[in-house]
Amino acid sequence: MAAEKAEMDALKKECDALRTQIEAARKAANDGSMSAAAGGVASVGRVQLKLRKNLKGHLAKIYAMHWSADSRSMVSASQDGKLLVWDTFTGNKLVAVPLKSAWVMSVDFAPSGNLVASGGLDNICTVYNIKAASPKTLRELDAHTGYLSCCRFLSDSEILTASGDTTCCLWDLETGKQKIIFTNHIGDCMSLALSPDMNYFISGACDSLAKLWDVREGACKQTFSGHTSDINAIAFFPSGNAVITGSDDCSCKMYDLRADQEVLDYTDSSLNAGVTSLALSNSGRLIFAGYDDFNCHIWDSLKGEKVGVLSGHDNRVSCTGVPEDGMGVCTGSWDSFLKLWN
Amino acid sequence: MAANIVTMKKIIQQLRLEASINRVKVSQAATDLQQFCLQNAQHDPLLTGMSSSNNPFRPQKVCSFL
Repeated sequence: MAAEKAEMDALKKECDALRTQIEAARKAANDGSMSAAAGGVASVGRVQLKLRKNLKGHLAKIYAMHWSADSRSMVSASQDGKLLVWDTFTGNKLVAVPLKSAWVMSVDFAPSGNLVASGGLDNICTVYNIKAASPKTLRELDAHTGYLSCCRFLSDSEILTASGDTTCCLWDLETGKQKIIFTNHIGDCMSLALSPDMNYFISGACDSLAKLWDVREGACKQTFSGHTSDINAIAFFPSGNAVITGSDDCSCKMYDLRADQEVLDYTDSSLNAGVTSLALSNSGRLIFAGYDDFNCHIWDSLKGEKVGVLSGHDNRVSCTGVPEDGMGVCTGSWDSFLKLWN
Repeated sequence: MAANIVTMKKIIQQLRLEASINRVKVSQAATDLQQFCLQNAQHDPLLTGMSSSNNPFRPQKVCSFL
């Protein structure tokens, strides 16, 4: 017993020493503030986007949406038990996918446009072929022991999932089996985002940490702290060198991967609502963040200033997305509507 | 107790990995991020705006011959 306690104490000491070492190294790299460095950059002015379309069709809260790679189709998921695929140019509904479980939390469109995936409180990620005559269930990925909070296709044969069981997982869609399980978070994983080169992904969790993972190695490469509550939303800056997070602590943060630390904090004393979702404009300059206060607020990513707001929803904005061509923003809400703005 | 030691060793192994990376200075990182935004600003329709004829979400006004 005494020997074990001695060993434990020694390990704790080593642990603390390593944490101190990491903090010191980060501090040493922190030779200037990001927002001060942006002093010389021209302001974007007031960003005023107009509501272009109001998509009606869901009968209950919308929890998730995702653009197709063609920047025209978009899939949305609602707890009315349906996935709807929309033609955003006309506002028409193209496909309706009835769900086995109505408690959906996430949806994704495969880059090919052939498949969509969804999951939620059923702990399962279900993949559907929407190009068949009527939507066909291709795979039911069933191994997580907690809710499915996020799913992201790498291709028609691989998908990443994040779960309330604190793990993320890479699945092989040909076999329906888990390829790699990513463990390190100590709280429910709430969201994930793939790097532009698809070699890494970043996850945000209820342990208020964001972690960078190597997709192929399965290893956690870096851990980012700073938030004081659950991280609900996460996205890569388009250059792949930084990550933006949105949290229940009412703030968004930018973490630079190469400096290995937080470089900007997006907070406003008048904003007392949690961040549910976020998306970036194509240059990375604008951050569209959905909040519990029914609005989507727009931030200047370099200067850390609020530059606009998308108002119109009658309930929490639960999901936000910008298509690959960057031509607009879509917001989805608990008020059952999706709105398109540009 | 033994389980805690195993967990602790895993935590230490992870921390060693994270401690070993090379870090770029924040000033350099900031410059690179700004550079990227400015270089790509022209290709960001939400920043530059667009004409209604280019706007995929805006219904076109149709002219009809009477």
